[in-house]
Amino acid sequence: MKPSQEQQVWMYKHMLVSRFFEEVIEKIYMEGKSPAFNMANGPIPGEMHLSNGQEPCAVGVCAHLTAEDVVTSTHRPHHVAIAKGVDLKAMAAEIFGKKTGLSGGRGGHMHIFDANVNFSCSGIIGQSVGPAVGAALSRVMQKKSGIAVAYLGEGAANQGAFHEALNMAGVWKLPVIFIIEDNSWGISVSKRASTAIDRNSDRAVAYGMPGEFIAGNDPVAIFDVVGEAIARARNGGGPTLIEIETSRLAGHFMGDGETYRPAGEKEALQKIDPIPVMKQRLLDEGILTDATDAALVEEAHAAVDAAIQFARDSEYAAPEEAMQKVFV
Amino acid sequence: MTQVKEKERKLTIARAMAEAIAQEMRIDDKVFVMGEDIGELGGVFGNTRGLHEEFGGERVRDTPISETAFIGAAVGAASDGMKPVVELMFVDFFGVCFDAIYNMMAKNTYFSGGNVTVPMVLMTSTGGGYSDGGQHSQCVHATFAHLPGMKVVAPSNAYDAKGMMIAAIRDPNPVVFMFHKALQGMGWLGTEKEAIVHVPEAAYEVELGKAVVTRPGTDVTIVGITSGVHFGLKAARILEEQGVSAEVVDLRSLAPLDRDTVIESVKKTGRLIVVDEDYHSYGMTAEIIASVVEAGVPLKAAPQRVAYPDIPIPFARPMEQWALPSPEKIIAAFNKMKED
Repeated sequence: MKPSQEQQVWMYKHMLVSRFFEEVIEKIYMEGKSPAFNMANGPIPGEMHLSNGQEPCAVGVCAHLTAEDVVTSTHRPHHVAIAKGVDLKAMAAEIFGKKTGLSGGRGGHMHIFDANVNFSCSGIIGQSVGPAVGAALSRVMQKKSGIAVAYLGEGAANQGAFHEALNMAGVWKLPVIFIIEDNSWGISVSKRASTAIDRNSDRAVAYGMPGEFIAGNDPVAIFDVVGEAIARARNGGGPTLIEIETSRLAGHFMGDGETYRPAGEKEALQKIDPIPVMKQRLLDEGILTDATDAALVEEAHAAVDAAIQFARDSEYAAPEEAMQKVFV
Repeated sequence: MTQVKEKERKLTIARAMAEAIAQEMRIDDKVFVMGEDIGELGGVFGNTRGLHEEFGGERVRDTPISETAFIGAAVGAASDGMKPVVELMFVDFFGVCFDAIYNMMAKNTYFSGGNVTVPMVLMTSTGGGYSDGGQHSQCVHATFAHLPGMKVVAPSNAYDAKGMMIAAIRDPNPVVFMFHKALQGMGWLGTEKEAIVHVPEAAYEVELGKAVVTRPGTDVTIVGITSGVHFGLKAARILEEQGVSAEVVDLRSLAPLDRDTVIESVKKTGRLIVVDEDYHSYGMTAEIIASVVEAGVPLKAAPQRVAYPDIPIPFARPMEQWALPSPEKIIAAFNKMKED
């Protein structure tokens, strides 16, 4: 399944928005945190997990989805949220902890929920899968259209939740796709050191579903393979497990010294940064010109800048509002 | 004639729970049941009996032995418009699936600022007394009630069980519905006859978060939940023979906790004994006593608690029976108060 030119431009643009968003967040995150790094300081306190390099996993999948489809994501959720159409201003404000944020500042960067586009995430490794299976079950039982997609990292494939949920999805043949973003690192422990097999996609056979491994961190290749799986799920053909080889261009979180990385790894990954690679291909294929690229870049920056400005300008909720919304 | 029959209709808690779920399933096709052995078997503790026959395997769904998966799935289904009633067979099993319960089910409403709701019921069995050992006999009331974002209820009789189950299914928030095995009316687990009471046929709600004075009295307040209520009622009858008038309060809900009803009772009696089959330290008994003391209620004697010792639940029958709360321990607690 090949993406149209329009779909390729959509993917490229959303990769740009995601990357620019992370670059601005990275900069603002460090405000107030030097010379001594203290996570509690600055306009964006707490942990920050950036998605630089993993954008293809977001756009290659979400290009097939609409707002009605359900996506559950992880502690590293920004790129997927952006590709799924989460309100960028409200997400930025949430990351700043402001009243205008998606939950008024109660969640933060690891707890992004946007009911309008059926997006949610959990900060606990491996816990994105159960709710996605349940959403898929809900669609079948309600005879409602739409499928569910669970994102997880390659480290999460060693959690019990992953195996339980995939088995249940396999038994019930549910319309759910499991997307493993294999950035080869679980914080500081490599996939090789933590996982008994090379490819988690091979585990699909244990759960009676197809398994696919996609090499190259290439949005077009991802679009192709995922498209087949999603079409199958929409037509009642059941779940699929897909592992995508991607790259974590940042640390696990901001402040990570990354001393565990082999010398030269990061430089090598930066050379195959998926965004310039995609840009060059679109230029080579005549889908993009320097002028249209410049326009897309400007548009992406404008969207990010507007969101960040909105977040900065927004007020904090009164502290005692923390007592609200525990129950409805 | 029909009316007389209706008045006489007594149900076990197990039957009352199944009837409540069935009645809600008939009027709301979003309600479905999921768990281990809840289908054709009707639930290990009988509380889904007849549902599979009436509604079929789509809506009364046996799951793999995968609590993390099916409770996590219930969270996802509930947030997508369904109203799952899921069973964690023994509450002791929460150790394999607690993240889905306390980090997602209980918190997603808050994390979404109320934009995502999780209208689900997690029903789970509690309690011992039948030598099932330390991984199948616990109550762990306080473990659940301590954590914010979920309602936690535990009825002591069939009337409350039906009304609270219906209220729980209709509640837009997640509700943990604990049922004590010895009150369930399953002969093989021992049966507390006083839990088998009149239950109206028509659907009704018992408001969650409201305690009830089960037996009025003037000299001492005995507060309990599930088995603790029945221990309290038995103790009250013995105390009555000794000329002591004991008031028994059934909490029914642990979260939200109806402190007002307890405080009003102790204001009247001036004496407080709290009974709980859950562990002694850091538990419901401490919470109730602290709440009464914080409210500044004048006390005639230091409050007492009768709870499970801080030990894993032993297997040997003499050991387990020795460790359990009992009417005798409540009387002893009262006698200790008299010495003060």
